[in-house]
Amino acid sequence: MNKLTLEVDGASVIVTRKFNALPETVYRAHTEAALICQWMQGPEGWEIVTCVCDAKAGGSLHYEWSNAQGHGVSITGEFIELTPFARIEHVERMHLPDATPDNHIVTTFAEKDGGTLMEMRMTLPDEATRKAMLESGMEHGMEASFARLDSLDLS
Amino acid sequence: MESQLDSAFAALADSSRRAILGQLRSGEATVNELVAPLAISQPAVSRHLKILERAGLITRRAEGTKRYCKLASQALDNLEAYLGLLRSALDANYLRLDPLLDNSQPSSDRKKKSKR
Repeated sequence: MNKLTLEVDGASVIVTRKFNALPETVYRAHTEAALICQWMQGPEGWEIVTCVCDAKAGGSLHYEWSNAQGHGVSITGEFIELTPFARIEHVERMHLPDATPDNHIVTTFAEKDGGTLMEMRMTLPDEATRKAMLESGMEHGMEASFARLDSLDLS
Repeated sequence: MESQLDSAFAALADSSRRAILGQLRSGEATVNELVAPLAISQPAVSRHLKILERAGLITRRAEGTKRYCKLASQALDNLEAYLGLLRSALDANYLRLDPLLDNSQPSSDRKKKSKR
């Protein structure tokens, strides 16, 4: 199973996920708007209505989602550095509608067993940002799927 | 100013402190009770408790000469809620990405794959 792992490392969250395709394909799915809009739709009940991704150093990204209740959430960001098929470094912020502080994200794609192991390292948002995200419309329909944080291993 | 969430995550980055939180899941405990199963000294445990308290992850109260530590469930609930939200949003996205990848393998991928 290509299970997602999520762990906390100091002030970062590290997400890993395996995909059954080579890094070139997975990288393209993360950098080409026509592909991104087909999967980055967010939680159930939301749809992506704006999908702009200019994947080059200094290029911009802009994603916007809305749901049936008329809530809207958007992310804007800028690419810092890209290494084709291997690494993406960018900053992004959410608009709820006020902009949250920048989240710095490094995503790497490594070939593993004929597929790709993706690792995404994100700086943690501060408490005000997290609170704003939880209070935004995004939590609708998601309460049921709040997963316990097994990776913290508190037991 | 360091936010509560930043200090909470920094506090959780240490395995001894996670072990202490794990013990406190079963209820209140004194410092001595916490020291016993850990392979670290009492002053070290006290230092960890101070960090956990500052991060809002535990509360402490005195009863006579004993000091009791307790999980501050609110802080952990907030962390888990945020990380749970992140996890389910990503999970939903990647489950949609999987079938998309099957259909969009570049031709070079297919060649490499068939050699395996």
